[in-house]
Formats: sequence, structure tokens, C-alpha cells
Amino acid sequence: MSETPAITVTGATCHFDVSPPWLDRVLRRAPRRILRAVEDVNFTVPSGKTFSVVGESGCGKSTLARMMVGLQPPTAGSISFGTVTRADGTIVPPRVQMIFQDPYASLNPRWRVGDIIAEPIRELKLMTDEVQIAARIAELLKTVGLSPADARRFPHEFSGGQRQRISIARALATEADILVCDEPTSALDVSVQAQILNLMRRLQQQFGLTYLFISHNLSVVRHMSDEIAIMYLGRFVETGPADEIFAQPRHPYTRLLLDTIPNVEAPNRARQPMAGEVPSPIAPPPGCPFHPRCGIATARCREDRPMLRQEKARALACHEA
Amino acid sequence: MTAAPLLEVRDLEVVFDTRQGPLRALDKVSMSIAPGEILGVVGESGAGKSLTGTAIIGLLDPPGRIAGGSILLEGQRIDNLPAEAMRRLRGAKIGAIFQDPLTSLHPMISVGDQLVETIRTHLPLSATEARARALELLREVGIPAAETRIDHYPHQFSGGMRQRVVIALALAGEPKLIVADEPTTALDVSIQAQITTLLKRLCREHGAAVMLVTHDMGVIAETADRVAVMYAGRVVETGPVEAVTRAPRHPYTQGLMASIPSMQTREAELRQIDGAMPRLNAMPPGCAFHPRCPVVEERCRSSVPRLEATPHAAACWKVAPEALS
Repeated sequence: MSETPAITVTGATCHFDVSPPWLDRVLRRAPRRILRAVEDVNFTVPSGKTFSVVGESGCGKSTLARMMVGLQPPTAGSISFGTVTRADGTIVPPRVQMIFQDPYASLNPRWRVGDIIAEPIRELKLMTDEVQIAARIAELLKTVGLSPADARRFPHEFSGGQRQRISIARALATEADILVCDEPTSALDVSVQAQILNLMRRLQQQFGLTYLFISHNLSVVRHMSDEIAIMYLGRFVETGPADEIFAQPRHPYTRLLLDTIPNVEAPNRARQPMAGEVPSPIAPPPGCPFHPRCGIATARCREDRPMLRQEKARALACHEA
Repeated sequence: MTAAPLLEVRDLEVVFDTRQGPLRALDKVSMSIAPGEILGVVGESGAGKSLTGTAIIGLLDPPGRIAGGSILLEGQRIDNLPAEAMRRLRGAKIGAIFQDPLTSLHPMISVGDQLVETIRTHLPLSATEARARALELLREVGIPAAETRIDHYPHQFSGGMRQRVVIALALAGEPKLIVADEPTTALDVSIQAQITTLLKRLCREHGAAVMLVTHDMGVIAETADRVAVMYAGRVVETGPVEAVTRAPRHPYTQGLMASIPSMQTREAELRQIDGAMPRLNAMPPGCAFHPRCPVVEERCRSSVPRLEATPHAAACWKVAPEALS
């Protein structure tokens, strides 16, 4: 179990065809247009660890999350999960669940909280006895810091943070082994965010969960992750252990991201904001996709796309750094 | 800071009349901004920070109404102006920037025409002069190739560029006060930094006062000169940004600062404030923070602490009065 990683992603690629309709294309002689959301992404996550993917909107991190849970088939490449040994000794594939960004949209407003949490139990036929299910719901609600009486209530009676706790309880109801969390706290206020992050860390220790954590918030990622990957225009540009990357960022994009984050620990710091914007993934620039915004780009960066090179625990895609 | 404040809000109260009775959304909110100063107003959702901004620009919708207190712009009361006078004031003296740059712009009018319309409403300029001024404004907010971009429509701009256009619109009437409500929340971090840097520069160059409303303490720390922390419709702490972020005095601000994950070190567990902010219809008596407060005592449950009248002030019974300096 410790030898095979919980998640292995090999050459995962996702392209979307955003061409105009067929007849328009013929009449205007317009070429096909392909949006390259995720390009040749490779990583492994050991069991019980947290792997985070950081990037700006449009970099493909949510597409990656959707591919992990099977909501989006990859165009090429493979995603595989290591087997787990259940309490009764059977060796089975792991259960993968997702926690979504918006707790106001991810819970059915017409269902009672108890039914929302019971749905995966009934669907997967984990339990059939309704008394048993009710006891399991009560236990799950207590695990995420709500009261068993909340099972009778509807989602609208809860605040954002409490709803996110319900989402987590629903994910745990399947006895999930892997949780894919797509920006789980970005819709929450910071004092509530701390509650949810603490809960997620506690559950990870308690149940040995493996997290794939998607976020644009670097300080949250710093707090949660063992390993991180910085994503830009569909590709990883830097990966490695979180502590090392934060202590010594090497890719110019990582360095700029770290420098741009507003930091409450350094009020009124003078800083150099990153120029330009993320280019369109439909027509990425030639060479290194970051070169139009990069401070140290050379002629080579404009023509030749750097490959992700592995150096010990870290990997980097840059000619100059 | 010795200059007379450009905007002064004194004991502002906003009440929403509902069938269940009046709900007090703002309770004796006081703040002031000097010319050329950026005041950050920070708080969680529902704390009343946007409502304060809305009341100042006079866009409070019924059933909300100002029930007490006063708002003074350059020493003149603006909270009791008739709607038409307030409309002329908006744009000319007060500019507004909202969170979502797409809904702040008319989708079917080119940005140039929107700017020209705003400029000509507030300044006595001819169409040609107004267009030249619009071009100047677009250049000032850093839109590349402004000569061609001026005839483009909002959908042809990216989020960050749209927010620049909205800022140009807010500046069009050369206002003395700019109310910016979550101007960077809808933007990516790298774009967010560009916009806050731009706001700071414009504030310095135009000598305008800026009220920056946001939930992001990081944005406040980097942008504002002074900060007002709001909780459940009240200002609980106010002071210079350095002092408030480095040595917060109110227990709520202390908890808020501690719950932000640090970029430097990785703690085993974040300090969290348990519970949630009370709802307007279930306000606890006394200090609104007392059910979540780690240092609560008997007095906090019954009577409301007043905000001190010092430069770095807190509204808390447990905080020792600041030493006179």
C-alpha cells in the first residue's frame, strides 16, 4: 500500500474543440480551433499526502480536477489509482470524491441534509438498514462538527462554512480514500476558512485521506500541502515539496506569484506587479508560454519550449532559472 | 493627517424595515478620510462594509434607510440631499468602482462613448474635447493602444482591462472621493496587484480620498493608509494599517489576523474563531462579538463598548485605553 502511490497521472491531456460550426468553417475557410486546457501533465501522490495545484484562472487546474473524478474524459494519457485494503481484508479500488468550490450550488436545496449525506450510502449500497444509515449520518455530522439534529434541516438554513462541512460529510459518507478539493474555501470568509482548513487537516490524519487540492490562494496551499505544482497555461512549470518551493522558488512565474500575493505580514510593501495577462489557451505564444510576461526571457525562450526537467525532488520548466 | 477630513461619517445608522420589525444593519458607524488618503474598510460578509459605502454614495435601496447620524463631504451634509442633487454629486464629487467590472459597463455601448457620456454629464466640454479627455483617461489607467481600444466594446476586454475602464469612468468627473467596493475580488492575483498599484498611484496623483471596501486583509495591508475593521454593523477597530495588522487590539481583529495562513511558516493548526457572525435578527445584547470572544467577561454581555477616540482605537471593554502620546 505504501509502495504504490494513491494517484498516478501519466501524460494527462485535455483538449476542447471550440471551432465554429462546420458550415461556417467551410464557408469562411476558418481552421479548427483547439483549446488546450491541460497538456501532458504527470504526477504521483503518495497515500495520505496532499498534492496541490496552484494557478490563475484559465490555467486548467479545474479541468485537471474534473478529469481526476471522471467528470471529464482525458483526450490522451492516463489517470490511475492505487488499490486500498479495506478493514475486512479485501483489496479494492479506492473511492474518489470531490468537494466543490461553491457550497451554495453543490447541495440540492430541496433535500434535507440527512438525505444529501445518505444518498451516496444508498447509491453504493454500503448499508441497507435505514436505522443503520441514520446512525451513520449522525456520526458523520458529528465528525465534521455539526449536530445530529441538523440532519432534519435544509441547506438554506446553514451558513457557507456549515454547508462546506455538509459537503465534506457527504464525501466521507462513501468511506472515500481520495478527496479532490476544487477551491474548497475560496467562497468562505477568512475566519471560517481557518475552521474548514483545520477540519480537513484533522480528517486527513484521522482517516488517512489523500487530497488533491486545487487553489489559487498560495497561503492556503502553503498551509495544506506536502507537494505543490504551479500550473501555467495547461502545463506544470514547477513542482516539488511545498517547503522547498516556498523557501526557494525557481521558475520566474512562481517567483512573481509569490511576490504578488498581498501579504499581511508586510504592510505597505513596495512591489513590482506582474505585467500583462494570461494569454489565451487557444493561441498560446510560441516557445515558453510565459515568455511575454517574463523578466529574464531570452531569444531561446521565444522559440523553444522548455521541458519539465526533474532535479531530485523538484522539477522545473525554464531555460534560464 | 492634520488636514480637515474630506469625508466624515458620524454615528451613521442604517435600518431595514421588515415585516418582523426594523433590523439595524449599521450601528453608530463613524469614520473619516483625508484628501489623498486610502481608508480600508474590512470585514466578513454581512459586516456592513458594503452597506457603509452604499449609504455614502446615496444608493441605498428601500427598505434600507438612514435612520440616524450624518455623512459630511467637504463639511457639507450629503445624507439628506434630494435624489436629483445627489445624482449630480455622484460622478462629479464621488466616483464609484464596483466588484464586477462586467456588470458595471453597458455591454452595447463602446467604452469610449460611455466615457464621453460621463465626462459631458459632469464637465462643460465639447464632444471632441471629451473624446480627447477619454483617451487621456484610458492611457492614465494603463490601457495599451488606447487609440484603437477606445472604440471597442466591454466584451472585447479582459477582466483586468475592464476594471481599468471602470476606474477610468470613476475618474471621469474628477471626483474628490472614490468608493471602491471589492475592486479586485473578481480578478486573479497577478491582475489584482496591477489594479491596487494603479489605485494607489491615482490616489497620490489626483489627491483623491479612496474608501477601499474589501474582505481581503492582504489587499488592505498593501494598499491602505488607515483601516477600519467592521463586525456585525459596527466599527470595532480603526487605526493606521501598520498598527492594526501588526498589533491588533480588538479580540476579533486578533483572531482575524491569526486565522490567515502564514506564508513564512507552516503551523500545525490555524487559530480559528469558532462560530459565525450573528444574524441581524438575532443580535446578542452587549458587544456583538461576545459569543465568540475568548476573553469575554460579564460586562460584555450587557453593554455595548464604545469606540475610543484615539488614533488606534478599539471598541472593547477588555482593551486598556491607549496611553496618551
